[in-house]
Amino acid sequence: MDLQAILSGIDVRADWIGLRYVKENTGFRLVRDGKPEANTRESKQGIMVEVLVQGQFAYYGTSRLDMPGIQAAAERAVKLATAAAKFSLHSFGVDARPVAKGSYHSPFQTAADAFSPGELSDLLIKATAELKISDKVVTTNAMARTVETESHFVASNGSDVDQKYLMVSADYSAIAHEGTVTQKRTDGGLLAKSYQAGMEVFNEADVLARCRKIGAEAVELLSAEECPTGTMDLVLAPDQMMLQIHESVGHALEIDRILGDERNYAGWSFVRLEDFGKLQYGSPLMNITFDPYVENQFASYAYDDGGLKAEKEFLIKDGLLIRGLGGMESQMRSGINGVANFRASSWNRAPIDRMANLNLEPGTSSHDEIIAAVDKGVFMTSNRSWSIDDYRNKFQFGCEYGKLIENGKLTKTVKNPNYRAISNPFWRSLKMLGNKDTFEVYGTPFCGKGEPNQIIRVGHASPLCLFEGVEIFGGA
Amino acid sequence: MEKLFKEINQTIMAELRDGECLGLGFGGEQSTFTRINAAKVRQIGNVDEADLGFNLILNGRRTTGSISLSGDLKEDLSRARGELERLRAEVVQLPEDPYLVLPESKETSRSEKQGKLPDAEAIPGILLPAMGDVDLTGIWASGRVFQGSANSAGGYHWFASDSFSLDYSLITPSEKMVKATYAGTEWDQAAYEAFLGDSITKLELMSLPPKKIEPGAYRTFIASAGVSDILSMFSWGGVSEASIRQSESCLGKMRNENVKLSHLFTLSEDFSSGFAPRFNGNGEVAPEKTLLITRGELTHTLVSSRTAKEYGVESNFAAEGESMRAPSMTPGSLKEEDILATLGTGVYLSNLHYLNWSDMIGGRITGMTRYACFWVEDGKIVAPIENMRFDDSIYSFLGDNLEAITEKQHINPDVGTYDGRELSAVVCPGILLKSFSLTL
Repeated sequence: MDLQAILSGIDVRADWIGLRYVKENTGFRLVRDGKPEANTRESKQGIMVEVLVQGQFAYYGTSRLDMPGIQAAAERAVKLATAAAKFSLHSFGVDARPVAKGSYHSPFQTAADAFSPGELSDLLIKATAELKISDKVVTTNAMARTVETESHFVASNGSDVDQKYLMVSADYSAIAHEGTVTQKRTDGGLLAKSYQAGMEVFNEADVLARCRKIGAEAVELLSAEECPTGTMDLVLAPDQMMLQIHESVGHALEIDRILGDERNYAGWSFVRLEDFGKLQYGSPLMNITFDPYVENQFASYAYDDGGLKAEKEFLIKDGLLIRGLGGMESQMRSGINGVANFRASSWNRAPIDRMANLNLEPGTSSHDEIIAAVDKGVFMTSNRSWSIDDYRNKFQFGCEYGKLIENGKLTKTVKNPNYRAISNPFWRSLKMLGNKDTFEVYGTPFCGKGEPNQIIRVGHASPLCLFEGVEIFGGA
Repeated sequence: MEKLFKEINQTIMAELRDGECLGLGFGGEQSTFTRINAAKVRQIGNVDEADLGFNLILNGRRTTGSISLSGDLKEDLSRARGELERLRAEVVQLPEDPYLVLPESKETSRSEKQGKLPDAEAIPGILLPAMGDVDLTGIWASGRVFQGSANSAGGYHWFASDSFSLDYSLITPSEKMVKATYAGTEWDQAAYEAFLGDSITKLELMSLPPKKIEPGAYRTFIASAGVSDILSMFSWGGVSEASIRQSESCLGKMRNENVKLSHLFTLSEDFSSGFAPRFNGNGEVAPEKTLLITRGELTHTLVSSRTAKEYGVESNFAAEGESMRAPSMTPGSLKEEDILATLGTGVYLSNLHYLNWSDMIGGRITGMTRYACFWVEDGKIVAPIENMRFDDSIYSFLGDNLEAITEKQHINPDVGTYDGRELSAVVCPGILLKSFSLTL
């Protein structure tokens, strides 16, 4: 499709017009207990036509891709913008959409079509067999998700950005049951292993070894003690830190939330515009970066959907809040420095402020040094429950698997580990930060936000972390 | 849109080869969205899209797919043929599926609900002036939603519905909020302005100085909107037969350990309200009403034909994920005007937020209070409360601690738009609890 030719052919009166064509093929395979549950591919394509008229943006997303269809969409968008202009929340200029020219291709070693449907199904069947390490394992699941995305953005100011991605997610899980006890283990939390990568992710020896460990840990949890209740030290694995960063840092720093756009849905934020440059968000060990160029991380890209070039930026430096998660529109509305995170979930949604790769930079402590520093505490890994308030303050998170830490050593396994806290005090209690050897990269395809609603992919990376004096408790 | 679906259906079905069984699903919408912040337009636009889903079965193997449709028959037939060829090439490579269900339903139905909706360009002008200087944030969604299903056995269903909704929050300068949804099929300007005016009146209650309450167990009233959120959790590791069988359900205790909820609690899947179509992706038509939990006992679950085949039970033609499409909770006897007096001293929760299982197998849910939530003393509202986290088990608050249920059911439309505009609604009353655990 010659998007530049289509753009040239559109005849409407607008201060700016942009076209964003997106084609995305999402393949999903699920095997349960050795039998196929799902073998599906969703193929979506369409164009988002966006115009700026009298300071108001309006859009028309259409799956009709011919010239008359796109012309009609542009005309309707102009009418909508004109009708809304006298009720605008903010009057934008054309500088809200910077000129962007470039491309991005995500890295991979093995192409998506290198595995046939039959070969991938066979691997998933083997994976469920490995997960069932004993009769106590009553349900096994192995899933593979591949997403191939092509995005092409052109605009009347000369922007022309082409970005292509191959993204792979996988998960393997075992449910074990004995008597009245049921426990589940996954591969680091549901689809936490989500990457910009290729089919090299499905290395058979590696997958099957992981499955044996997952099955064994599910069975191990059946006879584990309940997680103790009390205020004590908490050591979080990077796969749980992913969720911790996402919920209690990422969403709180989205400038559109701070400006109130999400108050009817995802919520507001305890962070205020005047906090930037002043708020001690966490301990001095805390350095949070927006980093769109981490190799293989799930939400890497070169330009956001408004055309802003993506660059690595510190949002929190030595615990101090210095920058927000906001694209050009939010930066213009708020006067706060932001990043290139104005993103849409697909062609049928307008961009809003989203997280992308949001990471906690590593520190200097080794795994053993962190464990040795704890007299009494719990190590938790792999998220299974998450809930936080609309201001991103009061959270409660639960994990699949825990270990007691007693007198500087990991001891008994504990089940149903949970903790709850309030965001700022929690991050200020960050006492030790793992080094690069403990640093791990994760992602999730499932971050929900926006009205109309949008699900988008994000990436988070973190080292092992020690928080002191946290309220910890067990199951029902 | 129906013409397009019919023509694709007739053409593709005629091109099937021996042994092939095919189900087609159609989904689409022509929607206008207006996002509002501070009673001004933040974003505005239209979305016009349609998708065609395929379910191909051959020699005991199954594969599925979907494609975007352009609206042009020639182009869409070309895409549909291409997708069918892709599925044919794939299905022969897949392992046999012992639980696959052939699309055998020959039933047909057709429902088309014509509404009276404002023109897209008129929406800012009819919505915003009535808001005056109140701080309102929310989302307007309107237009037509389409669903269709057809199969190679001859089954055919079509459902199209016009609707609108304005889902909004009103906010005081001290950041206390009231939530409401004005929804329907026939736009009535006077009714909208009256509804909004009522919300603004409620907001005035929120201007009282807030009260901070300590974690603990409280007598609690949860209004219908909050109950709706709790009932929605039953669609995630709850009433699904497959999830019970696979040890991933909060109701496993009811099936396996004979645990009961309160005799006051009755939950059903009830399509009589007409919000959602009764046909599923296979074109199977569910019963108009299925009692799931009857006076505290698990009497039925939602069973898809696939689950029925795997476990040798009878299907009630649930959708493939076995989530509730038309949840309805039976009302009780507590009169609306007696709620505060019967509560006495405790908390009144209008809405809940961000629910999750803190222990799914144990039936424990955590979440937040949100919007108009009050401290009540001796039957009188004293003050709005600061938002609190709760963490409690359904076997407690829908068990012995369920004291009363209001006599009036409210309709809580699903205004979700992740996979397109939703069609369903949760119909439920409010609940009065002897004790509810607030934890943070």
